[in-house]
Amino acid sequence: MTFINYASREINCKIVYYGPGLCGKTTNLQYIFDSTAPQSKGKLISLATETDRTLFFDFMPLELGTVRGFKTRFHLYTVPGQVFYDASRKLILKGVDGVVFVADSQEERMDANIESLYNLEENLQTQGYDLLNLPYVLQLNKRDLPNVVPVPDLTAELHRKSEPVIEAVAATGVGVFDTLKAVAKQVLTELRKS
Amino acid sequence: MADTPIVMREQQYHQIKAVLAKLRLDSSARVAFLVDKDGQQIAVHGDVSNLDTTSLASLAAGNVAATTGMAQLIGEKEFPTLSHEGERESIHISVIGRMLLVVVFDDRSSLGLIKLRVKQASTELANIFDEIVRESSKKNADEPSLFAEITDEDIDSLFN
Repeated sequence: MTFINYASREINCKIVYYGPGLCGKTTNLQYIFDSTAPQSKGKLISLATETDRTLFFDFMPLELGTVRGFKTRFHLYTVPGQVFYDASRKLILKGVDGVVFVADSQEERMDANIESLYNLEENLQTQGYDLLNLPYVLQLNKRDLPNVVPVPDLTAELHRKSEPVIEAVAATGVGVFDTLKAVAKQVLTELRKS
Repeated sequence: MADTPIVMREQQYHQIKAVLAKLRLDSSARVAFLVDKDGQQIAVHGDVSNLDTTSLASLAAGNVAATTGMAQLIGEKEFPTLSHEGERESIHISVIGRMLLVVVFDDRSSLGLIKLRVKQASTELANIFDEIVRESSKKNADEPSLFAEITDEDIDSLFN
């Protein structure tokens, strides 16, 4: 949940990257981490297995700049994508202000995308949120691979509302900051409404 | 919709800092800090040189979330305190409502002393935080938000 500290004049928000295993959630964070000036970021914490699969979460704090005299800090989290880590995914969604769903564009991952998106909606509901009312972005990742589903088909299958849909190649950074910007903008717009 | 934002005023921040300062002094701890259950750091007091408190806050929240999940699997609501003892430095975490009080200490203190002082500070912190939550929701209903004035240009400028 957004935390506004008048003493230190800071706004802190939590954004969660969700999606099936190996879709590129950690790669998104890694790219943001590698491309951000040292003074704007903290450490990238990865709680991963020995084979570098996310075990619990990745976390990085990112300072974007100042709005109306308040520093805006975004806490970026990823969830573990593998199906059996569902208990962990639920925990990480607590207090979320915005969600990015990272879809794997490859044909053979379509079912995994659908299952993960369904799992996101279900887990949000158990935490008392509704995806339809939450700042949300759909990222179509791995667009550089040969066996990808065409964008209109993938979008038709995965979109849930009029969320921004962004094509990406997270490994090279294509679409990564556009995605972050799209979700951060919605989070701050939501703050304006509240 | 996301939860209502929590708004902490300057006076409340200083009240929390004062409780943390007293706790740190009374327990001879290295650092005492308050984090919310989502991993946001609220206030910190003590020797934080070479200590990444943002990461520690996030990991403490993750730790409590995971152990609460375990507690519920065995029929408990939560484990209200967690202690991790290292060779030189140790950490004590206690759950106070929606907040976590995290104390880092070394051999100048002891777990028993930390537990005693944390218990004393907990009530005060709970009262202050209750007031913060109450005021956050009241402000929400009665007054237009300061952030109502944020323009699209303000938001766009963050990314330029």
